[in-house]
Amino acid sequence: MSVQVWTYAFVILTFGLYIGIAIWSRASSTKEFYVAGGNVPPLANGMATAADWMSAASFISMAGLIAFLGRDGAFYLMGWTGGYVLLALLLAPYLRKFGKFTVPDFIGDRYYSRTARLIAVFCAIVISFVYVCGQMQGAGIVFSRFLEVDITIGVIIGMGIVFFYAVMGGMKGITYTQVAQYCVLIFAFMVPAIFISILMTGQFIPQIGFGSELLDGSGFLLDRLDGLSQELGFPTYTDGHRSTQDVFFITAALMFGTAGLPHVIIRFFTVPNVRDARKSAGYALVFIAILYTTAPAVSAFAKTNLINTVNNIEYTAVPEWFTKWETTNLIVFDDKNGDGRIQYVGDPEINELQVNRDIMVLANPEIAGLPNWVVALVAAGALAAALSTAAGLLLVISTSVAHDFLKRSFMPGITEKQELRYARISIFVAVLVAGYFGINPPAYVAQVVAFAFGLAAASFFPAIVMGIFYKRMNREGAIAGMLAGFGFTAMYIIYFRFINPAADNAENWWFGISPEGIGSLGTMANLAVAYTVAKFTPAPPLEVQKIVEDIRLPSET
Amino acid sequence: MADNSAQKYWKANIKIVLSLLSVWFFISFGCGILFVDALDNIRFGGFKLGFWIAQQGSIFVFVGLIFAYIHLMDKLDDKFKLESSNASDTETGGDSE
Repeated sequence: MSVQVWTYAFVILTFGLYIGIAIWSRASSTKEFYVAGGNVPPLANGMATAADWMSAASFISMAGLIAFLGRDGAFYLMGWTGGYVLLALLLAPYLRKFGKFTVPDFIGDRYYSRTARLIAVFCAIVISFVYVCGQMQGAGIVFSRFLEVDITIGVIIGMGIVFFYAVMGGMKGITYTQVAQYCVLIFAFMVPAIFISILMTGQFIPQIGFGSELLDGSGFLLDRLDGLSQELGFPTYTDGHRSTQDVFFITAALMFGTAGLPHVIIRFFTVPNVRDARKSAGYALVFIAILYTTAPAVSAFAKTNLINTVNNIEYTAVPEWFTKWETTNLIVFDDKNGDGRIQYVGDPEINELQVNRDIMVLANPEIAGLPNWVVALVAAGALAAALSTAAGLLLVISTSVAHDFLKRSFMPGITEKQELRYARISIFVAVLVAGYFGINPPAYVAQVVAFAFGLAAASFFPAIVMGIFYKRMNREGAIAGMLAGFGFTAMYIIYFRFINPAADNAENWWFGISPEGIGSLGTMANLAVAYTVAKFTPAPPLEVQKIVEDIRLPSET
Repeated sequence: MADNSAQKYWKANIKIVLSLLSVWFFISFGCGILFVDALDNIRFGGFKLGFWIAQQGSIFVFVGLIFAYIHLMDKLDDKFKLESSNASDTETGGDSE
């Protein structure tokens, strides 16, 4: 069977599975719609959290990013996993004990203020919305490249599937489809990685193959890659090339941001008790680590393979995948010296090959010459990653509107049935808007997704941590802190990326911190402002201090 | 429960969190970023140590830290008997309808 037929088979099969789960898990109450009834077993929640968390970016782009960043790519690896340590130790158990439905719920109740609640609603919607557009776009790209349908039709199919299970099942439907999507995506990521590891190093486990000798006798994989890079004038793979402080601050921003992303936090509201919240954070990181420790191995395998396969060969003799990906413009060959051969080198003057980083995962199985069914897996895996994350984000938008904005802020009188209807309507509207931006992506979406982390790091993370660990923190401090952190981070990013992109280089950055890493300074700004303002304003009321004492103890009420 | 024991519980909790977070900081920001070049002088198998910690080792340590936390906190909870008696029931009965 051809790759195309296999791809269709996998995609139809997995989509059928998601629809089946959606029908089985309809939600009938707001509690089921918002937190899946609060009785998800920790192992299932761990898988769902992993799928929720690992987006199209983790699946499609991360290994490629690392392949071109070399050692510096570690800020993605450490940042996006280290954040789970913060989440597990500083947030998840306490928020579970608090026992409400959303992040603005916590901010609003802990800081006894409608203003604080509305600021949290605003931040949650901005962060989730920016992120969801990227997922829809990712789904559209996979559809158009693998199934050769129009991007528009691809996005509409993706929207239709998410719409079906998110609107029907809410958190309950999303949770159990995410469990299935985790299985699909991890299988699709691991099978090609294992195949390639065996082909190149004879090692079954890619994490070990990463540090092994190549079967062709050219020494250790990483030494060979360093050697090839040097020969061709690329930066040495295993050395760092960005400034230490920039890597430091980007890693910190990604960690704080991971711990502050509302769609990840709300997953911990779905387990039965505090013990299970801790346990499911551990399971989630195990499931994530399987992919995250494989990704850097894939980067090294793919980069070596790519250089070996394409450098200095006759253009007329290129393998089939090369021409196929050329038609999508992910690979561009320009025979500058007219010798009919491909020169893939570090010097931009004589380099003739432009390679999009997404190729490293999308075309990796083809480059390594793996069987058709393995090549076809990638599409189903990438779609699972994109759709599972999109669904989690859409739920945050929906609960923010129906629960926090309407029910808790402006229409406290509505019945549960009405609230549920508003939740479904807002998911519907959010899907449509996200779909629109998926089809007509604004040029800045890809850039802005990374900044969702900076904004989450500077707004939610400090406000929640202080709400738990600093009893004296009051309404005035928290509001001032969130505004300062969010405002500072947003302005820094907007200035360097949109107002004055020409100045976007290390010389003009504050302390040499790039806009990707500025969220960590935003976190500090939030903490400093909040602490100072709280010092000069009245302590929180006694009943709020009682809430804090209560969430610190894990006993169920 | 008496306020006193709640305070003791919270202090013990803070101690656990701080000690685990110092390992977290040392491995990721310390070994993975600040001292990475020095550690790169040490080799094992095909890896330079600093590079390996930055791209693989730190992640294994993170997983270990969360499981250490789960274990230590469960022990602490048992010591202060703060878990509700039905916690174990809901754990096994969590399979949704």
